[in-house]
Order: sequence, then C-alpha cells, then structure tokens
Amino acid sequence: MSPETLTPLAPAPGGDRDAPSSATRTDGRRRRRLPRPGRVALFLTLCVLSVPFVFPTWWMVTTSFKPISQVFAFPPSLWPQDASLQPYRDALTLQPFAQQYWNSLYIAVLVTLGTIVFSSMAGYAFARVRFPGADALFVVVLLGLLVPAEVTIVPLFQLVNRFGLIDTHWPLIVIPMLGAPSVLATFIMRQFFLALPSELEDAGRMDGLSRFAIYRRIAMPLARPAVAAVAIFTFLHSWNLFLEPLVFLSSKEMFTLPQALTQYVDAYGGPIWNVQLAATTMTVVPVLVVFVLAQRQFVQGLAHTGLKG
Amino acid sequence: MTTTAPRPSATTGSPVSRRGGAPRRPWLTYRRRDNLTGLLMVSPQLLGSAAFVIGPLVAVVWYSLHEWRVLANEFTFVGAGNYERLAADPGFHDSLRATGLFSVGLVVFNISLALALAVMLDQKLRGTAVFRTLFFSPVVVTLVAWTIVWGFLLQDNGGINAFLEVLGLDGPNWLRGESTSMLGVVVVQVLKNVGLNMVLFLAALQGVPEELKEAARMDGAGPWRVFRSITLALISPTILLVSIITVVGSLQVFAQIAVLTQGGPGTSTTVLVYYLYQQAFQFKEFGYASAVAVVLFGIVLVLTLIQWGLRRRFVFHES
Repeated sequence: MSPETLTPLAPAPGGDRDAPSSATRTDGRRRRRLPRPGRVALFLTLCVLSVPFVFPTWWMVTTSFKPISQVFAFPPSLWPQDASLQPYRDALTLQPFAQQYWNSLYIAVLVTLGTIVFSSMAGYAFARVRFPGADALFVVVLLGLLVPAEVTIVPLFQLVNRFGLIDTHWPLIVIPMLGAPSVLATFIMRQFFLALPSELEDAGRMDGLSRFAIYRRIAMPLARPAVAAVAIFTFLHSWNLFLEPLVFLSSKEMFTLPQALTQYVDAYGGPIWNVQLAATTMTVVPVLVVFVLAQRQFVQGLAHTGLKG
Repeated sequence: MTTTAPRPSATTGSPVSRRGGAPRRPWLTYRRRDNLTGLLMVSPQLLGSAAFVIGPLVAVVWYSLHEWRVLANEFTFVGAGNYERLAADPGFHDSLRATGLFSVGLVVFNISLALALAVMLDQKLRGTAVFRTLFFSPVVVTLVAWTIVWGFLLQDNGGINAFLEVLGLDGPNWLRGESTSMLGVVVVQVLKNVGLNMVLFLAALQGVPEELKEAARMDGAGPWRVFRSITLALISPTILLVSIITVVGSLQVFAQIAVLTQGGPGTSTTVLVYYLYQQAFQFKEFGYASAVAVVLFGIVLVLTLIQWGLRRRFVFHES
C-alpha cells in the first residue's frame, strides 16, 4: 500500500512530456555545465545521499546469509562470514512460504489482468462513446478517488463476512479489480483514449467494425503505454497490500507475502531476523531485478500515474 | 439502470451497412447500439463502484451512528453518540496529534529532500541516471519488506547503532523512545517514497525554459537568485500539489506503524488509521471505529477538494 503513488496529480508542466530519462541530455536544451570542483562535490554528495537508499537492501541480503549468532555481531560486518543457506531453508519450512509466494503472485496477476480489462473498457466508453449520462456516471466512478481503502474497511469486512468469504482470496481479487483501486486505472485509460485521434476510429467504422471491435482491435493496441502504466502500478499495489489481507485472512496457507513476512517470530514473539530477512530478500529481489531491467517503464508508469491522475 | 441487457441483435447483428431505401428504419440504429455498448462497457466498473465504494461509504456513515459491539452482538442507534465519545476520548486526541506530527514531518522532510535531489540530478553530470535509479528503487520495494529491514536496522543493537558505535557514538533505542520513534517512522517513510516525488520535481524542473534563467543571469542575478526567483517560482504549483498529495498519502500510513512500533511507545505513533484498526479489529467496536473512519474521510475529502481546485486553477494558468 503506497498511497502516494496512487493519488491523482496535476498534469506535468510542459504538457505531455515523458518522465525524465537518460534522454534528457539530448533534448537540445542548452544547460550550463557546473565547473569541475562543483561537479566533484556534487558527485560526492550524491554518493553520500544514496547510502540510506542502498544500504538497507545490502544489509538485508547480507544478513539473510548470516547464521543467527552473527546477526548482531560487533563490529558489524558488511560481508557475511560463514555464509549459509540455512536461513533460506528455514524461511521455506517454518511457514508455507512457497504457497504464500504463489498466493501473492497469482492474486496480483489476476488483479492486474482484470483491472486492465475492466478499466480499459470503462475508460474507452467514458471517453469515446458519448452515451447519455456518461459524464454523470463518470463522476460517480470518480468518487472512488476520494475514498481511501481504510475508510471503508469496516463495511467491506462486513460485506465479505456476510458472503462467507473471510479467509478466502476473493475479496483481495474482486475488490481491487472493480472497487476504489481500479478507479485511477479507469481515469488514466480515459485520459489516454480522449487524446486518441478520431480518424482512426472513423476508418474502422467505415470498414464496418462494431464499437466493441473498434475498442478491441484499434484502440487497445494503440493504448500500450497506458496499459503498461496501469499494469505496473496495479501489480505493485496488489503485491504490497497489507491492511486488507490482515483483515480478511486468518490462516497461514492463505496469507500473502507482506503479512507472511511479519510471521517469522520465535516463541516470545521476537523476530527471527536472519530467517525473516531471507524471506524478505526473496520477496524484494525479483521485483528489484524487474525494475532495473524495465526501469524506464517503471519510472514512467509510476510517475505518469501520479502526473496524469 | 446500468444492467440493461443487450438485445440479441446488438451483438450478433450484421455490421452497419448502408441500407439505403429500406422501408423501415430498424429500432436498433447504430446510435442506439453504440449507446448500449458503451453502457455495457462501463457497467462492471459502475457495479464495482456501487458495491465497493458508494455502498460501503454510506454504510460507514450509518454504522457510525450506532453503538455496535460485535462480540456482544449489539447494534443500537445512538445518533451522534460516537462522535461525542470521540470528542472526549484522549486516545483519539493522541491519534490526531500523532497523525498531524507524522504528516507535517513527512511533508517537510519528503518535499525538501525530493526537491534537493531533483535539483542535483538536473545538473549536467555523468552518472545522474544511476543515482536516479538508486533513489527511486525503494518505491518499488514492498512496503512491509522495506519496513522490516529498517526495523532491523533501528534495533537497539541493530545496524545503525552498531555503525554509530564504530564511530564512537551512542545511538538511542530508536523505535522504543518516545521522542525518536516518530522520527524513525517518518524517516523510513520518506526514504521509501521520496524517489517518486523526486521524479515529479525533475519533470517540472525540466519544463523550466532555459531562456528565462539566461535572461535573469543577463540581468545580473546570481545562481541562488535565479533558482529562487525563476526555477522555484515556476515549479511552485507542482510543489504545492505534490505536498498535498503527500499529506493525503501520509494520512493512510498503516503498515509502517503496524510493523515498526505498533503505535507505541505509549500512543506516540498511534496514527488515525492505526487507531481505527485497533478499535475495529482488536476491540471489535465497529460503530466507534466507523466514526473514526468518517472523520478520516472528512479530512481526506477536504484536502482532495483543495487539490482539485488548485489543479484546475494551475491548468488554467498554464494554458
């Protein structure tokens, strides 16, 4: 749950520019280059500032290979001595961690796919089909942007409870797909389709395509950037969800990762740090790898989401 | 309603063709079919909004007017009783104070750091792309994972204090001290999300025309003056909007508190959402918790409306 990424923001000054990227140096703006001592000082400052951003990840990974006796060893070591995979083995056996991993993964994938389908359909219809009442209905949908998940958690619990779906994955799949979290996706898709030139659709209509076929065969293939942005923030939102699983789930086999990570405790309730950090590493590293590989899409997706909402 | 079923011909009918000279126009004109398709396409989202947003919102207001003890299975109408109780509840006051402290601390730290990072990365310097990646990376790290790692680092005998000790300094027990726990929670949250605001500021900075800065320099303005009077002035709308968004986000902080401090020590980090969670799911007071939720909604509503109002004004100014 990182609400900042999911809240609407103003359009970027300067209009529809891409999020900053490595291309910024070639955008033809004449920028002043700092004098050499200034550049060195700046570089060093950036190095120092990046420590609190990088060090936690480093510390997490190295600690996850340390035996428990070394976790709080002094002086602290930046590289694990007697590195062992035991914490990883424990992480997988103390809890049904593989099952929990799968839960998180399949729920996030389903939510992402469902959100793309429903939000693009709704976004397209709100933008291009001027059916009577479209604007009024759109305002109704937009209400979802005003309502944080925390506000409605009690009634949602009550609703889920009434349908006997407590301790199932249904609420974690269906509510994000159609409820408040998908509203921002609908908004983004609508903004995208509003900007689509209507000539393309007219051509499709000439060819005798139905409205739905125009959406599916002409509009959607063009919407790939918007779909990518929606997919990235929807996946991360589902992957990070914490309050909802905490409220809706009760058995360990059903848990998703964020909740599961907090469960590596000893008999006194104290965390078993190296095991917990091994599980955390397994949760974080794949996402970080994908982020580094598809950095541009991530930054653009998450920033666009903020900027366009 | 929105669930109007399509007439079979709406989906199976032949594609529109010019039926010039047909004796009677069919009822299902292209226009009508279009409208039906549109309505059908928005209906899942509309039903979802009704079931998971509007319904629950109405319900939470309704619940808040009742005393509802789940365990005793009591549900009695008390009117404004819960709100009167809130007004006199020191725990609620504490949570409002903790929320205010958290929000203000977060916005001040987050916005100033994000702006500083953005300005530094906007310079012509080799390697800025790498630094941007590093500063942004916590944004994609699972919130609970990030929080757990920081919880570990901030232990009394954890990484931070160990390195401080190497330097000959004696660090406090960050998360167990009344004065440092809130600071710890704020810093962890700032580091998690500052990269996003940094990117937004970077985009705004790159929208500042170089000619304006050049003109100011020609008029004899120093670098600081150029930054303050040109750059900062031109990106101030973005700063304001990002600030409000950060405040709205900060009101929803929950996982960090639940993992790092459980609202403690005492009630020093029991923010509004955590208080709501405690009332609802630990003490099973659904009615009272709903009243807290309504207050939370009111605050978020006011802030979001301000944000939308500002946005409309700024968009107008830009065009």
